[in-house]
Amino acid sequence: MSRRPSQPLQPWRWIGVPALLSLAATLVFAAPLRLFGLSAPEPVFPIALAFAWAVVRPSLLGPLVLLLLGLFQDLFWGGPMGMWAISFLLAYGVALLGRSLMVGQEIEVIVVWYVGAVLVAIGAAFVLTLINSHTVPNLVSVLWQFLATAVLFPAVQRILSEFRDADIRFR
Amino acid sequence: MTWTAAAVAVVAMGVALALFITDHKAQIKPGASGYGVVRAGFDGVAAPVSGVLATPIRWINDGASSVGDYFGAVSENRRLKKRVADLQHLEAQSIALRNLNLRYEQLLKLRTEPPIPGLTARVVSDVRGPFSNARLIDVGSNGGVKIGNPAMTEQGVVGRVVGVTNNVSRLLLLTDPESRTPILVDRTNARAVLTGDGGPNPKLEYVRGKDTVKNGDMVLTSGDGGLYPRGLPVGVAQQDFRGGWRVRLYSDRSPVDFVRVLVFDDFAQMVDQARLAAPAMPPLSREDQAKLKTATDALAKPKAATTPAPPRSAATIAPIAPPPTKASPPTPPPAPRATTPPAVVAAPQGARPLATAPSTAPKKPKPKAGPPRATPSPAGHSFKRVHTPDNLPQYDPRFPNGRDPGA
Repeated sequence: MSRRPSQPLQPWRWIGVPALLSLAATLVFAAPLRLFGLSAPEPVFPIALAFAWAVVRPSLLGPLVLLLLGLFQDLFWGGPMGMWAISFLLAYGVALLGRSLMVGQEIEVIVVWYVGAVLVAIGAAFVLTLINSHTVPNLVSVLWQFLATAVLFPAVQRILSEFRDADIRFR
Repeated sequence: MTWTAAAVAVVAMGVALALFITDHKAQIKPGASGYGVVRAGFDGVAAPVSGVLATPIRWINDGASSVGDYFGAVSENRRLKKRVADLQHLEAQSIALRNLNLRYEQLLKLRTEPPIPGLTARVVSDVRGPFSNARLIDVGSNGGVKIGNPAMTEQGVVGRVVGVTNNVSRLLLLTDPESRTPILVDRTNARAVLTGDGGPNPKLEYVRGKDTVKNGDMVLTSGDGGLYPRGLPVGVAQQDFRGGWRVRLYSDRSPVDFVRVLVFDDFAQMVDQARLAAPAMPPLSREDQAKLKTATDALAKPKAATTPAPPRSAATIAPIAPPPTKASPPTPPPAPRATTPPAVVAAPQGARPLATAPSTAPKKPKPKAGPPRATPSPAGHSFKRVHTPDNLPQYDPRFPNGRDPGA
């Protein structure tokens, strides 16, 4: 994913490729795998993209791709339509709001913002499931999914280091 | 640029919210299947792709199992020998009880449930988060799977089919937040509803009776509502730290790669539909028939005398009812079409509406005014409404017992 500074930043590089990778990761992590009686974790990969895309730069394409990723997630996981799209767009909104506050900050501050965005997205999914099925989702399972998604921060950092400030017009 | 991006995000959010509300309304609508063409098409595409991507994972899984089997063979052999010794006396007991049970069934002329055929399917994907618990399997309608069919492992119930395409089906697991399963406690025969919440151990709700559940009680499907056959093993009851009851599922003990789909129709489909739809009234005696004819004639005569037909010109009558001629004999009234009532799988309240099998028969226009519920006869008798295939009452989830209290 490394690029030279002279190369222009194309949308397919910082939006298209990560989106496809997230789709592939979602499919792979849905494999029926149970090692020694334990199920593999199930992170929500597009939340990391929602945060990273908003921080890299505000764009028209980002929210639309997030909408599509959310609908894919709903269809593939079998939830109500629109649930994950709402969650991803809320995470995007949080990151967009805090974008100016994150400029020039240490990595720890960005981690805190990322965890906050994940919390908002998972919390939205929690509330929407509650509305849809009239059942309080299992809090321990919710916590596991939150942690599995929060540990995706290295992927976020990779996208930020690769594409943030890549174009001097957006500095 | 930030404001433009924010505006696009708000618009996208509006679209997502509209989809969510529409989908939610479609799910809670009585009789709606909640599984549309888009979902079916998506499953048909996603299953093979997911299967290919999951192949390396499956290899890892098989490898890990082999390693576990190799190192655990000795201890497992020892454990199994002990278990066989423990179970040997139960075998003789079981044979004796089965024989006795068969004798009782014959003596009492009990109608036992027919054996249920099954299909083995490979699990292609397994969604196991807190908000959705579903699996895609590689058998669909071409293999005979229908919406509502239960699925099991060799240990116990896994879930039921909520979506079917030609070669792929979607299972809703017992642990899904939208899953509701009527169950019974084997020891006390107490009824309850097993409610998934996205965790590994679903909750027991609406437990009937006091102290009817104990730790370690075996939980089976009750068969209430015809959703599942009665007596399928589900799991073991266990009290949680808040005093509520949960179930440790038997299906968690087995690998997740294969399931067995039971090609089970709900009980309404297991009986002869034609006999159910036939008129239920006993035949009238000749005396009653004569009385009925007299009463009908008496009713018809004064009506004809008091309400004469208004005079019409030939020009107005002709297009409405052409007189029968020899060249064009009067067309007989259309014979009642044999319509198959849609197969409905009863879903408990709050569950994702399961299955309304699409009827292949063409839709009939709704009559403007239906017949009265009970027609009083001149002799003071009342005739009950006869259920023919055309007016067979449809399943209404608001009245699961089939009675409308307001009627």
